[in-house]
Amino acid sequence: MWGPDTGPPRHEYNNMTFEQQILQYLITGVTVGSIYALIGMGFNIIYNATEIINFAQGEFVMLGGLLTVSGMQLLHLPVPFAAILAIIGVSIVGIALDRAAIRPLKDASPITLIIITIGASIFIRGVASLIWGKEPYLIPAFSGEEPIPFFGAVIQPQSLWVMGVALIVVLSLRQFFGRTLTGKAMLATAVQPRAAKLVGIDASYMVLLSFALSGAVGAAAGIVIGPISMVQYDMGVMLGLKGFCAAIIGGIGHPWGVVFGGITLGIVESLGAGLISSGYKDAIAFVILLLMLFFRPQGVLGKSKGDRV
Amino acid sequence: MLKVRNISTFYDRIQILKGVSIHVGEGEIVALIGANGAGKTTLINAISGLLSVPDGTIMLGDRPIHNLSPVKIVKAGISQVPEGRLIFSPLTVEDNLKLGAYLRYRSKEKDEIAQSIEEVYSLFPLLKERSSQIAGTLSGGEQQMLALGRALMARPRLLLLDEPSLGLAPLVSAQIFKTIVRLRESGVTILLVEQNARAALRMSDRGYVLETGTVVLQDKAQRLLENKEVQRAYLGKGKKEIWDA
Ligand SMILES: Nc1ncnc2c1ncn2[C@@H]1O[C@H](COP(=O)(O)OP(=O)(O)O)[C@@H](O)[C@H]1O
Ligand SMILES: [Mg+2]
Repeated sequence: MWGPDTGPPRHEYNNMTFEQQILQYLITGVTVGSIYALIGMGFNIIYNATEIINFAQGEFVMLGGLLTVSGMQLLHLPVPFAAILAIIGVSIVGIALDRAAIRPLKDASPITLIIITIGASIFIRGVASLIWGKEPYLIPAFSGEEPIPFFGAVIQPQSLWVMGVALIVVLSLRQFFGRTLTGKAMLATAVQPRAAKLVGIDASYMVLLSFALSGAVGAAAGIVIGPISMVQYDMGVMLGLKGFCAAIIGGIGHPWGVVFGGITLGIVESLGAGLISSGYKDAIAFVILLLMLFFRPQGVLGKSKGDRV
Repeated sequence: MLKVRNISTFYDRIQILKGVSIHVGEGEIVALIGANGAGKTTLINAISGLLSVPDGTIMLGDRPIHNLSPVKIVKAGISQVPEGRLIFSPLTVEDNLKLGAYLRYRSKEKDEIAQSIEEVYSLFPLLKERSSQIAGTLSGGEQQMLALGRALMARPRLLLLDEPSLGLAPLVSAQIFKTIVRLRESGVTILLVEQNARAALRMSDRGYVLETGTVVLQDKAQRLLENKEVQRAYLGKGKKEIWDA
């Protein structure tokens, strides 16, 4: 089971005051939450362009991590180059998924396509287990492992990378959908596909682009968590569901909502695991997910369908 | 300019259009009237390339367009204002207009596009006031103006209008109709589908009456207005006599 570990070794908690322990849990929560947010953004991109929930999103994350490992081990590339290669590689997987499984069924309902993405996720996981086997790999930390003291708690340098990458990705996406014509055309295709065609937007190209883009964002998530948790062929299952949960908490389609959702989930999990029992960690996410789907499917921040960006 | 010859279309296996032929000459306004479900929207969507046309031909000038994608048809110079307006509601008014010129951005006409936006604003000053407002918050009439403006941003030679007055107050409808006449004066050819058959025929040169997927009448607009059948079925005249009897 995938378990992020961004805090100090267990025994060091004993030397901390209660406040410092809480702070430590919060730091862990925000780090893990940033990853959930990144994965949730991948869901959002495809949902924004197509109204499909892509359940192979977690597999994009896994592939990002494992391709980086291969780039480093087989091609002897330094981390940044291996990472870029992995991001490009997973974008291509996204494009292939669209071409092979989504586009041929362009008139199918979103629910059919969602089921197809579940099938695709099982297929990708199977192929990954054949290529990389079932053992876990570790990506070395990007800038050392010397913890940075922070008001009596500590921050791992990799945590800063995770938060920084999540922030850069959300700001870039915001810029893309809010400022560029292509981004707006993608939104237009999602909300009003017929009218989008009538102004000359090539809808199938927009869908392709959304799969490539969410492949890239998913890969980025898989790369930055590589040094925090192991990367493994089946890590996408749990991470995909957590990212989906983040998107649902924030209201699927909302760029800041997913950041809020991811960090909320990360903090609740971390506090729950630290103060109650780590055995409940994953259960917490699913309880939140079910409660959200029952009582507030538009998300905590979501208002109506109209203001989706 | 536009010649639709003997086209048929199907939804699943149900035939909707049964050998429809119409033509629209350069600079004309041509009205297409008919009851709900007659196939008017289907015909317009077939022209726009949203529906496949297994039988018959559609020519724009000398060019067959019935096998082209919607994108290529916009490029060829045909824009549609769809029934129900279908504006991009989460985007601003100005973004809706810019997306109307999507293909022109692709061919790098930035300066001309800015000028087109100003032209749309001078046609609909209300849109200029609301340029940075989210389009979904506009009133029905304003949304119709936006849908019209968005279609004009592609600089079409032929404009297909599907029920532009649907659901609008009479005063607002009148304003939309006035704009349509002005557009024709500026050189745009128009094919107009309207519920309000009287208003449509009054501003049109010619008209077609569509019934269950077939053209049953075609004539000069003035003569259709005087036609007893048309008056009874579409202009609401004659009903009074029935009541009186
Ligand atoms: N998507 C669709 N699937 C099946 N039948 C349709 C569809 N759209 C329209 N129709 C049918 O096609 C016929 C013509 O519809 P339409 O062209 O919308 O008529 P109009 O615009 O004249 O009111 C109607 O009988 C309608 O029920
Ligand atoms: Mg109609």
